[in-house]
Amino acid sequence: MQRIERLKESPSQTAGPYVHIGALPNFAEIEGVYDEDLGHRMITGEAKGERITIRGTVFDGTGAALRDAMVEIWQADAQGRYPGQDGADPAFAGWGRQAGDMETGEFAFETVKPGPVAFRDGRLMAPHVSVWIVARGINLGLQTRLYFADEAETNATDPILARIEHRDRIGTLMARPEGDGVYRFDIRLQGEDETIFFDI
Amino acid sequence: MSTFGRKPPVTQTPGGQDRAGGGLYARDRAWHPAPLTPPYKTSVARSPMRAPISFPTTLSEETGPVFTHDMLGQLDADLIHNYAKSPDGAIGPRIVVQGRVLDQDGRGVPHALVEVWQANAGGRYRHKKEGYLAPLDPDFGGCGRCLTDEFGNYEFRTIQPGPYPWPNGPNDWRPAHIHFSVFGQSWGQRLITQMYFDGDPMIWHCPIVGTIPSREGIESLVARLDMEATIPMDARVYRFDIVLRGRRQTLFENRMEGL
Repeated sequence: MQRIERLKESPSQTAGPYVHIGALPNFAEIEGVYDEDLGHRMITGEAKGERITIRGTVFDGTGAALRDAMVEIWQADAQGRYPGQDGADPAFAGWGRQAGDMETGEFAFETVKPGPVAFRDGRLMAPHVSVWIVARGINLGLQTRLYFADEAETNATDPILARIEHRDRIGTLMARPEGDGVYRFDIRLQGEDETIFFDI
Repeated sequence: MSTFGRKPPVTQTPGGQDRAGGGLYARDRAWHPAPLTPPYKTSVARSPMRAPISFPTTLSEETGPVFTHDMLGQLDADLIHNYAKSPDGAIGPRIVVQGRVLDQDGRGVPHALVEVWQANAGGRYRHKKEGYLAPLDPDFGGCGRCLTDEFGNYEFRTIQPGPYPWPNGPNDWRPAHIHFSVFGQSWGQRLITQMYFDGDPMIWHCPIVGTIPSREGIESLVARLDMEATIPMDARVYRFDIVLRGRRQTLFENRMEGL
């Protein structure tokens, strides 16, 4: 029989406790090497749409805040277009990277509320933000999605949310408005309210 | 002007609406470390217990940020000099780490962002939460980054990091290693891993290395000494290729994209 020559993906290893040195050296007080940490600013000009702040904390299975996590997000612009697509907002980077605060563990992203993006079959997905979490003790970066609790109508028809069998867990994907454009999205790695993670 | 953005791998519906391409190959989770690996103690409280939920990749996973050379500085890939005040640079065995970023079909991944971080030659990181008694090197910061070229090649110049003890078991040591963070062409390819060194006996004692289920998987993270490429009277070369998830392509799709 013929053989299929396909490579295996490189195995993941934990980002470890010092991920900041490589990914956010200015945050880690290694100054003068890079002008600015990549992913620090998502809004690079007069971006269209509603300005929002996403705040959250990553908690472990004992309820303790992770103070060494790094979170990255990827999202469409206010019109639902990703950078690189025709008509995408040139003042919006789509990608952000932040560390949790070294004392409290809280992270914050200044961004815009994304517009809806088409699912594979052309149906619209509800506005969402892809979220990736790495830290010491996490062997393979965790993928999840942030949806907006105040978008109940589009959430109700979202094809990804519709796949989730345990409906009572969907709340773990909802960022909740706290006023002044702030949305809270806490991530629980383990336990009763464990966040839904995706195998994508 | 946007410095981000490349044409994502999309096709268009008859209505002219972008939709996702063929999708990424499924990730082989049995090949990667499991979330819960008790010999690596920190994983115990940080590992999800419920099964991750699968869905076919969409535009959200098949697009990704793009990085361009104007975001990077001249010395970013030279860890011997990018932090040093002294013209001599950092202390330690001088090495070059070079290789390719490939996808599972063996294609080079162009313009991939590769970021690295590592301890100094004594095994000490420049980080406020690090307390190992080995000294800091005033001329070594420990971070570097570069973009792959059009064929997927990358290269760093650095010093060989030292092994170091870490609080896990009563006497656990990390083998000498360099951390790698890689952005391919889509969000779903995002990967962080570590590179180890050919012949290091510490590899086989490390609980973090041991989270990888197979010996074959571990060996795929061990860089090989490349004597032919080694630069005489300057630096030894270690060769380290990184494989990211591949993307399904069909003839139909290729025609649509004109590949």
